[in-house]
Amino acid sequence: MGYGPLALKTALKLAGSASIGGTPIFSDISLTVERGKWTCLLGASGVGKSTILRLFAGLADGVQINGDLQAPERVALMAQQDLLLPWLNVLDNVLIGARLRGEKPDHNKALQTLAKVGLGEHAERRPSALSGGQRQRVALVRTLMEGCETVLLDEPFSALDALTRAQMQDLAADMLRDRTVLLVTHDPGEAARMGHKIVILTRDQLLDIPTPSGGVPRPVEQPDVLMVQSRLLTTLRDAA
Amino acid sequence: MTGWRAGIAATCLVIAIWQITVWTTGVARFILPPPMLVAETIWADRALLLEHAGVTLLEILIGLALGAVLGFVSAIALVASPMARALVRPMLVFSQAIPVFALAPILTLWLGFGLWSKITMALIIIYFPVTSSFFDALMRSNKDWIGMARVMGASPARIMWHIRIPAALPGFASGLRLAAVYAPIGAIIGEWVGASRGLGYLMLLANGRAKTDLMFAALIILALMTVILHAAVSKLCETAFERASN
Repeated sequence: MGYGPLALKTALKLAGSASIGGTPIFSDISLTVERGKWTCLLGASGVGKSTILRLFAGLADGVQINGDLQAPERVALMAQQDLLLPWLNVLDNVLIGARLRGEKPDHNKALQTLAKVGLGEHAERRPSALSGGQRQRVALVRTLMEGCETVLLDEPFSALDALTRAQMQDLAADMLRDRTVLLVTHDPGEAARMGHKIVILTRDQLLDIPTPSGGVPRPVEQPDVLMVQSRLLTTLRDAA
Repeated sequence: MTGWRAGIAATCLVIAIWQITVWTTGVARFILPPPMLVAETIWADRALLLEHAGVTLLEILIGLALGAVLGFVSAIALVASPMARALVRPMLVFSQAIPVFALAPILTLWLGFGLWSKITMALIIIYFPVTSSFFDALMRSNKDWIGMARVMGASPARIMWHIRIPAALPGFASGLRLAAVYAPIGAIIGEWVGASRGLGYLMLLANGRAKTDLMFAALIILALMTVILHAAVSKLCETAFERASN
Protein backbone atom coordinates (compact mmCIF):
# COMPACT_ATOMS: atom_id res chain seq x y z
CA MET A 1 0.00 0.00 0.00
CA GLY A 2 1.09 3.62 -0.50
CA TYR A 3 0.30 6.76 -2.37
CA GLY A 4 -0.03 6.55 -6.13
CA PRO A 5 0.06 9.34 -8.70
CA LEU A 6 -3.42 10.53 -7.65
CA ALA A 7 -2.26 11.11 -4.09
CA LEU A 8 -2.85 14.86 -4.10
CA LYS A 9 -6.57 14.53 -4.65
CA THR A 10 -7.27 10.92 -3.71
CA ALA A 11 -6.90 9.66 -0.17
CA LEU A 12 -8.07 6.07 -0.68
CA LYS A 13 -8.29 3.95 -3.79
CA LEU A 14 -9.43 0.43 -4.47
CA ALA A 15 -9.53 -0.91 -8.00
CA GLY A 16 -10.02 -4.59 -8.74
CA SER A 17 -11.71 -7.59 -7.20
CA ALA A 18 -11.41 -9.37 -3.87
CA SER A 19 -11.84 -12.94 -2.69
CA ILE A 20 -11.44 -15.05 0.43
CA GLY A 21 -9.94 -18.48 -0.15
CA GLY A 22 -11.01 -18.40 -3.81
CA THR A 23 -14.59 -17.28 -3.07
CA PRO A 24 -15.20 -13.89 -4.72
CA ILE A 25 -16.49 -11.11 -2.44
CA PHE A 26 -16.90 -8.40 -5.06
CA SER A 27 -15.96 -8.26 -8.72
CA ASP A 28 -14.12 -5.61 -10.65
CA ILE A 29 -14.88 -2.28 -8.96
CA SER A 30 -13.15 1.07 -8.78
CA LEU A 31 -13.61 3.20 -5.68
CA THR A 32 -11.78 6.45 -5.05
CA VAL A 33 -12.23 8.50 -1.91
CA GLU A 34 -11.48 12.17 -2.38
CA ARG A 35 -9.32 13.98 0.12
CA GLY A 36 -11.18 16.21 2.60
CA LYS A 37 -14.65 14.93 1.59
CA TRP A 38 -17.27 12.53 2.98
CA THR A 39 -17.81 9.47 0.80
CA CYS A 40 -20.77 7.27 1.74
CA LEU A 41 -20.74 3.61 0.79
CA LEU A 42 -24.08 1.81 0.82
CA GLY A 43 -25.06 -1.73 -0.05
CA ALA A 44 -27.09 -4.73 1.03
CA SER A 45 -25.85 -6.85 3.94
CA GLY A 46 -23.05 -9.23 3.03
CA VAL A 47 -22.15 -7.46 -0.20
CA GLY A 48 -18.65 -6.58 1.03
CA LYS A 49 -18.94 -2.98 2.30
CA SER A 50 -17.24 -3.70 5.58
CA THR A 51 -14.58 -5.76 3.80
CA ILE A 52 -13.65 -2.68 1.75
CA LEU A 53 -13.37 -0.69 4.96
CA ARG A 54 -11.28 -3.39 6.61
CA LEU A 55 -9.03 -3.53 3.55
CA PHE A 56 -8.31 0.18 3.92
CA ALA A 57 -7.77 -0.30 7.66
CA GLY A 58 -5.34 -3.18 7.11
CA LEU A 59 -7.59 -5.58 9.01
CA ALA A 60 -8.83 -7.80 6.18
CA ASP A 61 -6.78 -10.89 7.06
CA GLY A 62 -7.15 -13.62 4.46
CA VAL A 63 -8.67 -11.37 1.77
CA GLN A 64 -6.86 -11.50 -1.56
CA ILE A 65 -6.96 -8.39 -3.73
CA ASN A 66 -6.57 -8.70 -7.44
CA GLY A 67 -5.87 -5.10 -8.40
CA ASP A 68 -4.70 -1.92 -6.74
CA LEU A 69 -5.22 -0.84 -3.12
CA GLN A 70 -3.97 2.50 -1.89
CA ALA A 71 -4.36 3.82 1.64
CA PRO A 72 -2.31 5.97 4.00
CA GLU A 73 -0.10 4.16 6.49
CA ARG A 74 -2.31 5.26 9.38
CA VAL A 75 -6.08 5.70 9.40
CA ALA A 76 -8.59 6.06 12.23
CA LEU A 77 -11.51 3.65 12.51
CA MET A 78 -14.82 4.04 14.31
CA ALA A 79 -17.18 1.07 14.36
CA GLN A 80 -20.81 0.37 15.17
CA GLN A 81 -19.87 -0.79 18.65
CA ASP A 82 -18.17 1.92 20.65
CA LEU A 83 -15.42 -0.57 21.71
CA LEU A 84 -14.76 1.39 24.90
CA LEU A 85 -12.67 -0.55 27.40
CA PRO A 86 -14.86 -1.05 30.48
CA TRP A 87 -11.96 -1.00 32.96
CA LEU A 88 -10.79 2.47 31.87
CA ASN A 89 -12.51 5.78 32.50
CA VAL A 90 -13.59 8.05 29.66
CA LEU A 91 -10.33 10.05 29.62
CA ASP A 92 -8.14 6.93 29.55
CA ASN A 93 -10.33 5.44 26.83
CA VAL A 94 -9.81 8.41 24.52
CA LEU A 95 -6.06 8.28 25.23
CA ILE A 96 -5.73 4.54 24.59
CA GLY A 97 -4.31 5.02 21.06
CA ALA A 98 -1.29 6.96 22.37
CA ARG A 99 -0.71 4.37 25.12
CA LEU A 100 -0.93 1.54 22.61
CA ARG A 101 1.74 3.19 20.46
CA GLY A 102 3.94 3.96 23.47
CA GLU A 103 3.52 7.72 22.98
CA LYS A 104 3.00 10.33 25.67
CA PRO A 105 -0.78 10.88 26.02
CA ASP A 106 -1.96 14.48 25.51
CA HIS A 107 -4.33 14.93 28.48
CA ASN A 108 -5.10 18.58 27.76
CA LYS A 109 -6.13 17.98 24.17
CA ALA A 110 -8.27 15.02 25.24
CA LEU A 111 -10.03 17.08 27.93
CA GLN A 112 -10.61 19.94 25.49
CA THR A 113 -12.06 17.62 22.84
CA LEU A 114 -14.26 15.90 25.41
CA ALA A 115 -15.54 19.33 26.49
CA LYS A 116 -16.26 20.20 22.83
CA VAL A 117 -18.59 17.20 22.49
CA GLY A 118 -20.24 18.03 25.83
CA LEU A 119 -18.55 15.32 27.89
CA GLY A 120 -16.12 17.49 29.88
CA GLU A 121 -17.87 16.55 33.12
CA HIS A 122 -17.69 12.83 32.38
CA ALA A 123 -13.91 12.44 31.95
CA GLU A 124 -13.51 10.43 35.17
CA ARG A 125 -16.55 8.23 34.64
CA ARG A 126 -16.59 4.64 33.50
CA PRO A 127 -18.25 3.85 30.14
CA SER A 128 -20.91 1.80 31.96
CA ALA A 129 -22.20 5.03 33.53
CA LEU A 130 -22.88 6.62 30.12
CA SER A 131 -25.81 6.40 27.68
CA GLY A 132 -25.43 4.85 24.21
CA GLY A 133 -25.17 8.29 22.59
CA GLN A 134 -22.59 9.49 25.12
CA ARG A 135 -20.50 6.34 24.61
CA GLN A 136 -20.52 6.88 20.85
CA ARG A 137 -19.39 10.50 21.43
CA VAL A 138 -16.48 9.17 23.51
CA ALA A 139 -15.65 6.80 20.62
CA LEU A 140 -15.73 9.81 18.26
CA VAL A 141 -13.30 11.71 20.51
CA ARG A 142 -11.03 8.65 20.64
CA THR A 143 -11.12 8.57 16.82
CA LEU A 144 -10.29 12.30 16.65
CA MET A 145 -7.42 11.88 19.13
CA GLU A 146 -5.75 9.57 16.60
CA GLY A 147 -4.98 12.73 14.60
CA CYS A 148 -5.38 10.89 11.30
CA GLU A 149 -6.33 12.76 8.17
CA THR A 150 -8.34 9.76 6.92
CA VAL A 151 -11.20 8.41 9.02
CA LEU A 152 -13.13 5.21 8.34
CA LEU A 153 -16.61 5.00 9.83
CA ASP A 154 -18.30 1.57 9.90
CA GLU A 155 -22.00 2.19 10.56
CA PRO A 156 -21.09 4.15 13.67
CA PHE A 157 -24.56 5.54 14.34
CA SER A 158 -26.75 2.59 13.37
CA ALA A 159 -27.32 1.36 16.93
CA LEU A 160 -28.58 4.77 18.11
CA ASP A 161 -32.16 6.02 18.29
CA ALA A 162 -33.29 8.40 15.50
CA LEU A 163 -32.83 11.64 17.45
CA THR A 164 -29.42 10.71 18.90
CA ARG A 165 -28.35 9.50 15.47
CA ALA A 166 -29.22 12.86 13.86
CA GLN A 167 -27.34 14.68 16.66
CA MET A 168 -24.32 12.42 16.23
CA GLN A 169 -24.32 13.00 12.46
CA ASP A 170 -24.25 16.78 13.04
CA LEU A 171 -21.51 16.45 15.64
CA ALA A 172 -19.39 14.13 13.48
CA ALA A 173 -19.76 16.42 10.43
CA ASP A 174 -18.58 19.33 12.56
CA MET A 175 -15.70 17.54 14.29
CA LEU A 176 -14.47 15.79 11.13
CA ARG A 177 -14.66 18.85 8.87
CA ASP A 178 -11.87 18.92 6.26
CA ARG A 179 -10.91 15.31 6.96
CA THR A 180 -11.29 12.47 4.49
CA VAL A 181 -14.15 10.27 5.62
CA LEU A 182 -15.35 6.94 4.24
CA LEU A 183 -18.70 6.18 5.86
CA VAL A 184 -20.15 2.70 5.43
CA THR A 185 -23.86 2.82 6.17
CA HIS A 186 -27.13 0.91 5.74
CA ASP A 187 -29.17 4.08 6.03
CA PRO A 188 -30.07 5.91 2.77
CA GLY A 189 -31.18 8.94 4.83
CA GLU A 190 -27.76 9.14 6.48
CA ALA A 191 -25.98 8.88 3.12
CA ALA A 192 -28.18 11.61 1.61
CA ARG A 193 -27.40 13.93 4.54
CA MET A 194 -23.69 13.23 4.93
CA GLY A 195 -22.20 12.33 1.53
CA HIS A 196 -20.23 14.64 -0.74
CA LYS A 197 -20.12 11.48 -2.81
CA ILE A 198 -22.48 8.50 -2.55
CA VAL A 199 -21.79 5.05 -3.99
CA ILE A 200 -23.78 1.82 -3.81
CA LEU A 201 -21.95 -1.48 -3.85
CA THR A 202 -23.82 -4.36 -5.53
CA ARG A 203 -22.65 -7.90 -6.32
CA ASP A 204 -21.14 -6.89 -9.64
CA GLN A 205 -20.65 -3.13 -9.68
CA LEU A 206 -20.23 0.15 -7.85
CA LEU A 207 -22.94 2.69 -8.68
CA ASP A 208 -22.28 6.42 -8.39
CA ILE A 209 -25.39 8.24 -7.19
CA PRO A 210 -25.77 12.01 -7.73
CA THR A 211 -25.72 13.82 -4.39
CA PRO A 212 -28.13 16.48 -3.10
CA SER A 213 -27.06 20.14 -3.21
CA GLY A 214 -25.32 21.98 -0.35
CA GLY A 215 -22.65 21.12 2.19
CA VAL A 216 -22.88 18.40 4.82
CA PRO A 217 -24.70 17.79 7.07
CA ARG A 218 -27.73 18.64 4.95
CA PRO A 219 -31.07 19.38 6.59
CA VAL A 220 -33.26 16.27 6.77
CA GLU A 221 -36.24 18.12 5.34
CA GLN A 222 -34.37 19.51 2.28
CA PRO A 223 -36.41 18.34 -0.78
CA ASP A 224 -33.51 16.96 -2.80
CA VAL A 225 -32.17 15.13 0.30
CA LEU A 226 -35.51 13.35 0.52
CA MET A 227 -35.45 12.64 -3.21
CA VAL A 228 -31.94 11.17 -3.10
CA GLN A 229 -32.90 9.14 -0.04
CA SER A 230 -35.83 7.68 -1.93
CA ARG A 231 -33.69 7.01 -5.00
CA LEU A 232 -31.04 5.27 -2.90
CA LEU A 233 -33.67 3.04 -1.35
CA THR A 234 -35.10 2.14 -4.78
CA THR A 235 -31.63 1.38 -6.17
CA LEU A 236 -30.78 -0.76 -3.12
CA ARG A 237 -34.06 -2.65 -3.51
CA ASP A 238 -33.50 -3.22 -7.21
CA ALA A 239 -29.94 -4.40 -6.62
CA ALA A 240 -30.97 -6.89 -3.94
CA MET B 1 -25.75 -11.06 54.76
CA THR B 2 -28.16 -13.71 53.47
CA GLY B 3 -25.11 -15.81 52.49
CA TRP B 4 -23.73 -15.61 56.03
CA ARG B 5 -27.08 -16.53 57.54
CA ALA B 6 -27.44 -19.48 55.19
CA GLY B 7 -23.89 -20.59 56.05
CA ILE B 8 -24.55 -20.46 59.80
CA ALA B 9 -27.87 -22.29 59.35
CA ALA B 10 -26.17 -25.04 57.28
CA THR B 11 -23.40 -25.42 59.91
CA CYS B 12 -25.98 -25.69 62.71
CA LEU B 13 -27.85 -28.32 60.69
CA VAL B 14 -24.70 -30.42 60.16
CA ILE B 15 -23.83 -30.21 63.89
CA ALA B 16 -27.40 -31.19 64.80
CA ILE B 17 -27.34 -34.23 62.47
CA TRP B 18 -23.92 -35.17 63.85
CA GLN B 19 -25.14 -34.95 67.47
CA ILE B 20 -28.35 -36.87 66.71
CA THR B 21 -26.32 -39.61 64.97
CA VAL B 22 -24.10 -39.95 68.08
CA TRP B 23 -27.16 -40.09 70.38
CA THR B 24 -29.24 -42.48 68.33
CA THR B 25 -26.51 -44.96 67.33
CA GLY B 26 -24.56 -44.90 70.57
CA VAL B 27 -21.37 -45.10 68.48
CA ALA B 28 -18.08 -45.26 70.39
CA ARG B 29 -16.24 -41.95 70.97
CA PHE B 30 -13.12 -43.16 69.21
CA ILE B 31 -15.19 -43.89 66.07
CA LEU B 32 -17.30 -40.69 66.05
CA PRO B 33 -16.71 -38.20 68.84
CA PRO B 34 -19.68 -35.94 69.70
CA PRO B 35 -19.46 -32.28 68.56
CA MET B 36 -19.12 -30.98 72.13
CA LEU B 37 -16.08 -33.20 72.75
CA VAL B 38 -14.44 -31.95 69.54
CA ALA B 39 -15.17 -28.34 70.59
CA GLU B 40 -13.58 -29.02 73.99
CA THR B 41 -10.53 -30.58 72.28
CA ILE B 42 -10.17 -27.55 70.01
CA TRP B 43 -10.15 -25.29 73.07
CA ALA B 44 -7.89 -27.50 75.17
CA ASP B 45 -5.36 -28.16 72.40
CA ARG B 46 -5.56 -24.70 70.84
CA ALA B 47 -1.83 -24.03 71.15
CA LEU B 48 -0.93 -27.35 69.47
CA LEU B 49 -3.53 -26.88 66.72
CA LEU B 50 -2.44 -23.29 66.09
CA GLU B 51 1.20 -24.29 65.81
CA HIS B 52 0.49 -26.98 63.21
CA ALA B 53 -2.13 -24.87 61.42
CA GLY B 54 0.49 -22.10 61.08
CA VAL B 55 2.85 -24.49 59.29
CA THR B 56 0.13 -25.73 56.91
CA LEU B 57 -1.03 -22.17 56.27
CA LEU B 58 2.50 -21.09 55.38
CA GLU B 59 2.82 -23.99 52.91
CA ILE B 60 -0.54 -23.13 51.37
CA LEU B 61 0.19 -19.39 51.06
CA ILE B 62 3.63 -19.84 49.49
CA GLY B 63 2.25 -22.53 47.14
CA LEU B 64 -0.65 -20.27 46.23
CA ALA B 65 1.58 -17.27 45.54
CA LEU B 66 4.05 -19.28 43.44
CA GLY B 67 1.25 -21.09 41.59
CA ALA B 68 -0.49 -17.79 40.84
CA VAL B 69 2.69 -16.17 39.48
CA LEU B 70 3.71 -19.25 37.46
CA GLY B 71 0.16 -19.71 36.12
CA PHE B 72 -0.06 -16.03 35.16
CA VAL B 73 3.25 -16.05 33.30
CA SER B 74 2.63 -19.46 31.66
CA ALA B 75 -0.81 -18.49 30.32
CA ILE B 76 0.64 -15.32 28.74
CA ALA B 77 3.53 -17.27 27.21
CA LEU B 78 1.12 -19.87 25.82
CA VAL B 79 -1.10 -17.19 24.28
CA ALA B 80 1.82 -15.17 22.90
CA SER B 81 3.60 -18.09 21.25
CA PRO B 82 1.76 -20.58 19.02
CA MET B 83 4.87 -22.77 19.19
CA ALA B 84 4.70 -22.92 23.01
CA ARG B 85 0.98 -23.65 22.72
CA ALA B 86 1.55 -26.56 20.37
CA LEU B 87 4.36 -28.03 22.50
CA VAL B 88 3.35 -27.34 26.09
CA ARG B 89 -0.44 -27.57 26.06
CA PRO B 90 -0.67 -31.33 25.42
CA MET B 91 1.92 -31.84 28.17
CA LEU B 92 -0.15 -29.72 30.54
CA VAL B 93 -3.24 -31.82 29.89
CA PHE B 94 -1.21 -35.04 30.16
CA SER B 95 0.20 -33.90 33.51
CA GLN B 96 -3.35 -33.79 34.84
CA ALA B 97 -3.75 -37.49 34.11
CA ILE B 98 -1.08 -38.30 36.74
CA PRO B 99 -2.65 -38.65 40.21
CA VAL B 100 -1.17 -36.06 42.57
CA PHE B 101 -1.02 -38.67 45.34
CA ALA B 102 1.46 -40.67 43.24
CA LEU B 103 3.79 -37.67 43.02
CA ALA B 104 3.91 -36.96 46.76
CA PRO B 105 6.43 -39.70 47.72
CA ILE B 106 8.71 -38.72 44.82
CA LEU B 107 8.59 -35.05 45.80
CA THR B 108 9.35 -35.94 49.42
CA LEU B 109 12.28 -38.03 48.21
CA TRP B 110 13.60 -35.18 46.08
CA LEU B 111 12.81 -32.18 48.27
CA GLY B 112 12.94 -33.66 51.75
CA PHE B 113 10.56 -33.61 54.72
CA GLY B 114 10.55 -29.83 55.05
CA LEU B 115 8.25 -27.14 53.70
CA TRP B 116 9.31 -27.34 50.06
CA SER B 117 7.86 -30.75 49.22
CA LYS B 118 4.44 -29.53 50.51
CA ILE B 119 4.73 -26.15 48.79
CA THR B 120 5.56 -27.95 45.54
CA MET B 121 2.54 -30.26 45.96
CA ALA B 122 0.25 -27.25 46.48
CA LEU B 123 1.86 -25.51 43.52
CA ILE B 124 1.41 -28.53 41.22
CA ILE B 125 -2.21 -28.96 42.20
CA ILE B 126 -3.15 -25.30 41.57
CA TYR B 127 -0.96 -24.61 38.55
CA PHE B 128 -3.34 -26.19 36.05
CA PRO B 129 -6.60 -24.46 37.12
CA VAL B 130 -4.87 -21.05 37.32
CA THR B 131 -3.10 -21.41 33.95
CA SER B 132 -6.11 -22.93 32.25
CA SER B 133 -8.65 -20.31 33.46
CA PHE B 134 -6.37 -17.41 32.57
CA PHE B 135 -5.34 -18.93 29.23
CA ASP B 136 -8.98 -19.48 28.20
CA ALA B 137 -9.86 -15.90 29.17
CA LEU B 138 -6.88 -14.54 27.22
CA MET B 139 -7.85 -16.57 24.14
CA ARG B 140 -11.40 -15.21 24.32
CA SER B 141 -10.18 -11.61 23.89
CA ASN B 142 -12.67 -9.42 22.04
CA LYS B 143 -11.51 -9.51 18.40
CA ASP B 144 -12.91 -6.03 17.74
CA TRP B 145 -10.81 -4.52 20.56
CA ILE B 146 -7.73 -6.19 19.09
CA GLY B 147 -8.64 -4.96 15.59
CA MET B 148 -9.05 -1.42 16.93
CA ALA B 149 -5.66 -1.62 18.63
CA ARG B 150 -4.03 -2.89 15.42
CA VAL B 151 -5.49 0.03 13.45
CA MET B 152 -4.09 2.32 16.15
CA GLY B 153 -0.63 0.95 15.42
CA ALA B 154 -0.12 -1.16 18.55
CA SER B 155 2.48 -3.92 18.78
CA PRO B 156 1.34 -7.41 19.90
CA ALA B 157 3.10 -6.86 23.25
CA ARG B 158 1.23 -3.62 23.92
CA ILE B 159 -2.07 -5.21 22.85
CA MET B 160 -1.34 -7.95 25.37
CA TRP B 161 -0.52 -5.50 28.16
CA HIS B 162 -3.20 -2.85 27.58
CA ILE B 163 -6.09 -4.96 26.29
CA ARG B 164 -5.84 -8.74 26.53
CA ILE B 165 -4.50 -9.01 30.11
CA PRO B 166 -6.90 -6.48 31.71
CA ALA B 167 -9.83 -8.05 29.85
CA ALA B 168 -8.83 -11.55 31.02
CA LEU B 169 -8.28 -10.69 34.72
CA PRO B 170 -11.74 -11.98 35.75
CA GLY B 171 -10.70 -15.36 34.28
CA PHE B 172 -7.46 -15.24 36.30
CA ALA B 173 -9.55 -14.45 39.40
CA SER B 174 -11.73 -17.56 38.77
CA GLY B 175 -8.56 -19.66 38.64
CA LEU B 176 -7.30 -18.14 41.89
CA ARG B 177 -10.60 -18.83 43.66
CA LEU B 178 -10.35 -22.49 42.64
CA ALA B 179 -6.69 -22.52 43.68
CA ALA B 180 -7.60 -21.28 47.17
CA VAL B 181 -9.69 -24.42 47.64
CA TYR B 182 -7.23 -26.84 45.98
CA ALA B 183 -3.99 -25.60 47.57
CA PRO B 184 -4.79 -27.00 51.07
CA ILE B 185 -5.39 -30.44 49.48
CA GLY B 186 -1.87 -30.37 48.03
CA ALA B 187 -0.28 -29.31 51.30
CA ILE B 188 -2.15 -31.96 53.32
CA ILE B 189 -1.26 -34.76 50.87
CA GLY B 190 2.36 -33.69 51.15
CA GLU B 191 2.17 -33.79 54.95
CA TRP B 192 0.59 -37.24 54.97
CA VAL B 193 3.43 -38.68 52.94
CA GLY B 194 6.21 -37.32 55.07
CA ALA B 195 6.30 -34.47 57.56
CA SER B 196 7.03 -33.66 61.17
CA ARG B 197 4.73 -30.63 61.36
CA GLY B 198 1.42 -29.42 59.96
CA LEU B 199 -2.27 -30.31 60.29
CA GLY B 200 -1.93 -33.33 57.96
CA TYR B 201 0.86 -34.69 60.16
CA LEU B 202 -1.22 -34.00 63.30
CA MET B 203 -4.20 -35.86 61.81
CA LEU B 204 -2.09 -38.94 61.09
CA LEU B 205 -0.54 -38.77 64.57
CA ALA B 206 -3.97 -38.47 66.24
CA ASN B 207 -5.32 -41.30 64.12
CA GLY B 208 -2.47 -43.60 65.13
CA ARG B 209 -3.16 -42.92 68.82
CA ALA B 210 -6.96 -43.33 68.43
CA LYS B 211 -7.43 -39.67 69.41
CA THR B 212 -10.30 -39.24 66.97
CA ASP B 213 -11.46 -36.04 68.68
CA LEU B 214 -8.09 -34.40 67.92
CA MET B 215 -8.30 -35.68 64.35
CA PHE B 216 -11.72 -34.09 63.97
CA ALA B 217 -10.45 -30.91 65.60
CA ALA B 218 -7.58 -30.69 63.07
CA LEU B 219 -10.01 -31.41 60.24
CA ILE B 220 -12.36 -28.64 61.36
CA ILE B 221 -9.48 -26.15 61.68
CA LEU B 222 -8.34 -27.11 58.16
CA ALA B 223 -11.86 -26.67 56.76
CA LEU B 224 -12.22 -23.30 58.50
CA MET B 225 -8.85 -22.22 57.16
CA THR B 226 -9.86 -23.18 53.61
CA VAL B 227 -13.19 -21.33 53.86
CA ILE B 228 -11.47 -18.19 55.20
CA LEU B 229 -8.74 -18.44 52.55
CA HIS B 230 -11.34 -18.77 49.78
CA ALA B 231 -13.27 -15.77 51.13
CA ALA B 232 -10.07 -13.71 51.43
CA VAL B 233 -8.91 -14.59 47.90
CA SER B 234 -12.39 -13.80 46.53
CA LYS B 235 -12.38 -10.43 48.30
CA LEU B 236 -8.86 -9.68 47.10
CA CYS B 237 -9.78 -10.56 43.51
CA GLU B 238 -12.91 -8.44 43.73
CA THR B 239 -10.91 -5.43 44.95
CA ALA B 240 -7.89 -5.88 42.70
CA PHE B 241 -9.72 -6.87 39.52
CA GLU B 242 -12.90 -4.86 40.05
CA ARG B 243 -11.74 -2.54 37.27
CA ALA B 244 -11.67 -5.35 34.76
CA SER B 245 -14.92 -7.02 35.73
CA ASN B 246 -16.91 -3.77 35.61
